[in-house]
Amino acid sequence: MNPSKLAQDPGWTLIFIGWLVATVSTLAALFLGEVMGYTPCVLCWYQRICMFPLVLILGAGLFPFDRNVVRYALPLALAGWLLAAFHWAVASGLVPESATPCSQGVPCSVEQISWFGFLTLPMLSVFAFSIIIASLVLTHFKVPK
Amino acid sequence: MKKPLFIAVVVALLLAFVAGTFYYRAQQAEQAGQRAYENQSVLVRAHSPVLGQADARVQIVEFIDPACETCRHFYPFVKEMLAAHPGRIRLVLRYAPFHQNADYVVTLLEAARKQDKYWETLESLLAVQDDWVEHHAVQPERVWRHVEGMDLNLEQLQNDMQSPEIARLIAQDMEDARTLNVTKTPDFFVNGKPLLTFGYEPLKQLVDEALTSAY
Repeated sequence: MNPSKLAQDPGWTLIFIGWLVATVSTLAALFLGEVMGYTPCVLCWYQRICMFPLVLILGAGLFPFDRNVVRYALPLALAGWLLAAFHWAVASGLVPESATPCSQGVPCSVEQISWFGFLTLPMLSVFAFSIIIASLVLTHFKVPK
Repeated sequence: MKKPLFIAVVVALLLAFVAGTFYYRAQQAEQAGQRAYENQSVLVRAHSPVLGQADARVQIVEFIDPACETCRHFYPFVKEMLAAHPGRIRLVLRYAPFHQNADYVVTLLEAARKQDKYWETLESLLAVQDDWVEHHAVQPERVWRHVEGMDLNLEQLQNDMQSPEIARLIAQDMEDARTLNVTKTPDFFVNGKPLLTFGYEPLKQLVDEALTSAY
């Protein structure tokens, strides 16, 4: 499909981008957890709860395209974004670990992965949810009913 | 035109996931083999309990946590392999007491060993493991209740359990487990080769391979 045709249907393209981000994030989370064997911390689990269903919900909204998918996907994306932002604050030390629900098991404040010296998982999670929210909000305001 | 694009992306992502998995596993396997090869010297210590004859040419090193359920299930399986090839396989136990309070059980086993009752005590305790492990934590007083029914000199046992020698032995095993990257139990090394895919069948294969090349 060439870009000009996608541009003719901005709503579909925006939701598709959101779906793509959700799917890549989901597969990445599964790879880290199931293949590489990193045990997800509590906050990671809550973010997974918000991210995984988005793959199916946004996918279902693409065929046939239904702009109402925004209404169903946005609450999950917003909740996920808040959790990810909180997790980022914990991991970077802005919020003390004692004020978080991670007293047992894997501590949320431990950065298991740091790519290129600055890219951590909570940060990537915030970025992913931000892109999904942006694609949903743009669909709502820019795509005619 | 949208559907083909969507399907192509799904297929591409899934393929990338599968390819990544294979690549990662292969790399891990190579590293594990390399690590075991480089650390042959810490695989077995003079203090480790051994079952089987000294001249057996196949040696299974098992990192065990007496409080681990999977270890309990694997124990009879390993014993069967030993029984199926009499005199050809020996079992060396190393400790990786990852469960909470599991080092209490290891200490007790080592104290029982001083009374020459090591394997009996281990087997009796594994048989009733359900009773003394609760929510992945060892309940020492419940362990003791079972020990009271065994043919052991309890006073001697309690004295021996205080021995700093046993504490050193556990610390050494834990350090060797770290060196060998043993993070889950049970973990096996057969003639120095690590078990890469976990399971009964892969373990049996690894042992059979060692038997074929040794005899």
